[in-house]
Amino acid sequence: MQLLLKPFALLGRGGMTLAAGVGQWGRLTAETVQAARHVDVWLRLLIPQMARVGVDSVPIALFIALFTGIVLALQASYTFTGAIPLYFVGVLVGKTMMLELGPVLTGLALSGRVGANIAAEIGTMRVTEQIDALETLAYPPIAYLVVPRVLAGIIMVPVVTALAIGVGIVAGWITAIQLLDMSSADFVNGLTLFFLPFDVTFAMIKATSFGFIITSIGCFFGFNTQGGAEGVGHSTTRAVVVSSMAILVLDAFWALVLL
Amino acid sequence: MGIVIRDLHKSFGPKVVLDGFSVEARDGETLVILGGSGSGKSVTLKHVVGLLTPDSGEVEVDGQIVSTLAREELFELRRKVGYVFQFAALFDSMTLAENVAMGLRRKSDMDREAIAERVEECLRLVDLDGYGERTPSELSGGQRKRAGIARAIATKPQYLLYDEPTTGLDPVTRAMIDQLILRMSDELGVTGIVITHDMDSAFRVADRFAMLHNGRCRFEGTPDEIRACEDPVVRGFIEGRPELMEKES
Repeated sequence: MQLLLKPFALLGRGGMTLAAGVGQWGRLTAETVQAARHVDVWLRLLIPQMARVGVDSVPIALFIALFTGIVLALQASYTFTGAIPLYFVGVLVGKTMMLELGPVLTGLALSGRVGANIAAEIGTMRVTEQIDALETLAYPPIAYLVVPRVLAGIIMVPVVTALAIGVGIVAGWITAIQLLDMSSADFVNGLTLFFLPFDVTFAMIKATSFGFIITSIGCFFGFNTQGGAEGVGHSTTRAVVVSSMAILVLDAFWALVLL
Repeated sequence: MGIVIRDLHKSFGPKVVLDGFSVEARDGETLVILGGSGSGKSVTLKHVVGLLTPDSGEVEVDGQIVSTLAREELFELRRKVGYVFQFAALFDSMTLAENVAMGLRRKSDMDREAIAERVEECLRLVDLDGYGERTPSELSGGQRKRAGIARAIATKPQYLLYDEPTTGLDPVTRAMIDQLILRMSDELGVTGIVITHDMDSAFRVADRFAMLHNGRCRFEGTPDEIRACEDPVVRGFIEGRPELMEKES
């Protein structure tokens, strides 16, 4: 009997842990909003964080977008050949990069690069008492550590995503005219055929929410780090896993709500 | 007005760390709190600056009950308190000068030049002049500890809390830090609480002693009183004779 109940007990414990975690993360988010009033504390840290979260992430985001654009064009051509006019390659590359792959792949790449970095940095500060030291020096730690990182994520992830979308589309375009025997006009025609300005809004809404999720979850796990180096390792891994999952859930949420 | 700890209780899960600890650091004096590893000395110190909240009991600093203060009031109180961490807790992304300047930027109205001057002065005090542009990773353990002291004293606090300031240091550096603690007390009238295992250092800096044992205050008195104390737990600790303490427990 006990053996039969075990899966349910595990499920229940998992559910409670998840609910408690979401609650604590929600509390940190509320405290972050409150701490934003300490402008004198976080303002001078915002630009360096924007550079770390955004500028430093551009190479990896563009690298991913470049190859995604190439593959999208090639796969679209392979799928459409003989059945659908080839200018639909432009439709598929444009729509897919803008609505889905640009924001999601950039988000996932940044959850690994930025989320892990934030969790490891803040986690190390926690276990070496640097966060306590901030408190004793009269710095509100959330204003000092969380607010500039979350703001940098909200501002810079959409910028990096926009660049990635642009590079992905250009890569698909070059692939189409160089390898698929399409003219530039065909590709652009396809690209503009079903384009709606809302597509850009949709991509930016997603990217902004991903920026918030990646940075706030990184901060959350960093702040709750316990133990020494092992604890920092756990926090970093969990930050990447949880923010990646949250990105995919949010992706579905926005599709459901906005499309 | 000093620091008064009254009937402090604190548990972490099932582990009771403080079980009614009471002690007072009077205005201008240096109180040394003795106790074995894990006896709750650091936990006590963290209550003084509101890094931990007591389960019951209270800590009064400068006439204010720490646990009842609102967040902003707590930050105001912390402007009067310097804290020297056991492992220095220097910000490793900053230079030494930036570390020392952190409190000054937040706790004072000094301009950039005045801050730079004060930073130099503090580094000179702890014999680290010329090290301002180094990062914490470029310093030895003793230098890091001294840098932590420089950061704590930079704002000229009324109260200084030292968490094992001399543990793991060479005898010369230990003597130097002891002199610094004495100087803060004698010349600037700073009220200090020092927690330590290092008995030589403790006898050099203490105006009074308290001993924390099993979560409670086992002894409170002057250096002469602790030397004359017949309590086997206290004697066992200060003389490094565990057999005395074991007999008692």
